[in-house]
Amino acid sequence: MTVAAATRTAADRRDRALMKGNEAIAEAAIQAGCDAYFGYPITPQAELLEWMARRMPELGRTFVQAESELGAINMALGAAATGARVMVSSSSPGISLMAEAMSYMAGSETPMVLVNVMRGGPGLGSIGPSQSDYFQAVKGHGHGDYRVPVLAPASIGEAVELVAVSFELAERYRTPVIVLADGMLGQAMEPVDLRFRNPERPTLDWVITGADGRPPRVIRSLHLQPERLEEHNRALQAKFARIAEAEVRWEGTALDDAELVVVAYGTAARVARGALARAREEGLRVGLLRPISLWPFPVDAVAELAGRVRGMLVVELSAGQMVEDVRLAAAGRCPASFHGRTGGMVPSPDEVLAALREMEAST
Amino acid sequence: MTVAAPGPRLVYAAPELLTERSTHYCPGCGHGIVHRLLAEVLTELDLAPRTIAVAPVGCAVFAYDYLALDWIEAPHGRAPAVATGVRRVRPDAFVLTYQGDGDLAAIGTAEIVHAAGRGEPITAIFVNNGIYGMTGGQMAPTTLLGQKTTSTPAGREASQAGYPIPMTEMLAVLPGVAYAARGSVADPPNIGKTRAMIRRACQAQLDREGFAIVEVLSNCPVGWGMTPHESMEHLREVSETYPLGILVDRRMKG
Repeated sequence: MTVAAATRTAADRRDRALMKGNEAIAEAAIQAGCDAYFGYPITPQAELLEWMARRMPELGRTFVQAESELGAINMALGAAATGARVMVSSSSPGISLMAEAMSYMAGSETPMVLVNVMRGGPGLGSIGPSQSDYFQAVKGHGHGDYRVPVLAPASIGEAVELVAVSFELAERYRTPVIVLADGMLGQAMEPVDLRFRNPERPTLDWVITGADGRPPRVIRSLHLQPERLEEHNRALQAKFARIAEAEVRWEGTALDDAELVVVAYGTAARVARGALARAREEGLRVGLLRPISLWPFPVDAVAELAGRVRGMLVVELSAGQMVEDVRLAAAGRCPASFHGRTGGMVPSPDEVLAALREMEAST
Repeated sequence: MTVAAPGPRLVYAAPELLTERSTHYCPGCGHGIVHRLLAEVLTELDLAPRTIAVAPVGCAVFAYDYLALDWIEAPHGRAPAVATGVRRVRPDAFVLTYQGDGDLAAIGTAEIVHAAGRGEPITAIFVNNGIYGMTGGQMAPTTLLGQKTTSTPAGREASQAGYPIPMTEMLAVLPGVAYAARGSVADPPNIGKTRAMIRRACQAQLDREGFAIVEVLSNCPVGWGMTPHESMEHLREVSETYPLGILVDRRMKG
């Protein structure tokens, strides 16, 4: 559908439109003032690139289809270094290629929003929905000591808001920010509240614009003197600590009287929500903790719950990745078991319910 | 009758754009000459205040310490992509990359080919000294056949390590390339010609003709195991593999 149609729907009816996830994310970035988008075709995020290819030139903004994901993210690095609001998007194998520049951008403190519409892996994998890039997004991508905020929407509407939040975080903290979606969110269509937001632009006193009437500036991550690099790393770590303190996001459902808690994010959380309703009907006192920021991880929320519930069930579209962070945060105060599917397979609410019954019986 | 003694006459000075800092380059290295040429041309064309330069990985990564410009440090080989990003969002900027042969002709081949293919109005300064200097003198894609390096200790042999890659000739066939030329720092006449090539490559960007590249054959005395003087002599032989001159100038062809 077109934005014109979406806008008409908004004007005529309830500020809601039926949009495909990839297209809603793209439009959210545009409405959030994204100046430049660089991409390379890969499923299941190709519609995002195509939306940008049509819309950005209409608005006189920058769209470039790059020669590779390496090309795309380095174009983003260049544009962002001059103060432009930039976004790139890709899917799992493409994100692996972007890992190099992520490290450089974290090291040189260059803001950018990166959308990963995850597909099954490893290798070329499948194009089905998956959450098997949790480690990559939260613990990894490039080399070196760094973290970047990772936000995981569970609906297309939430993705729209998190895109705006991502630009805010990117500029506030001078950092890349990852929006971690999956093939289900990218490909599905659902009603979206058209609550687009264009975050206010902070004053950027570090950007590269040409050394006209001021001393030259350099955007760099190379610091050959060990003392200087350690000082730089300490400053980065202090920034990460500030983010970890201020930017934790999560949502709780039916946690007050919960004896068992499902921990799940993104599409897995939607499956879990279906299972939760049915578990409650059966008399199981189940709640749901849905991390929205995967880094910073809601450590305190998990720790608090671990002290008062009988057990946790972590559900993922992976072989078990976030479960490690849940266990770290629970620190043995309650057992945390795992249920996951891989390869583009999505766990059903029945499977989750069965796992909950098993947990009810064994804890 | 008395004649006033002539006062001192300035015949040679450092361009203002060059910082006072001593370079880390080895004695006799040609990078200093190329830095100077670039500083002179940018000053002549009054481009420095709006220049955004992209530094490579390799010996010239520290170019930002010596040329008083705004710089972005690119990952190895990615300078043309970084420059593309700058170009697209900063139409008023003067955008250049400064890259070595490992950066541009090996790890960054995709980025340079596609920036050239898109006809990005940027200027690439490509310093070809036929070796990886910063990492200790390993074979580069531009290393001559028979040349001894630390990774071709018996000399580069085509059957095992392939042939030297004439990058600038390859780029010159692309329709997006407005200007491509190869100069050398072997002697003052060639340095003068190289300076004119750099100036023309900058003008091509200003006139939005397309992508422009100047390859500069340079020396690496330490990597080549030669004295600076020997290396300059040898540089003349290098131009037998990499002929000097203008490879394409679309303005002249009309």
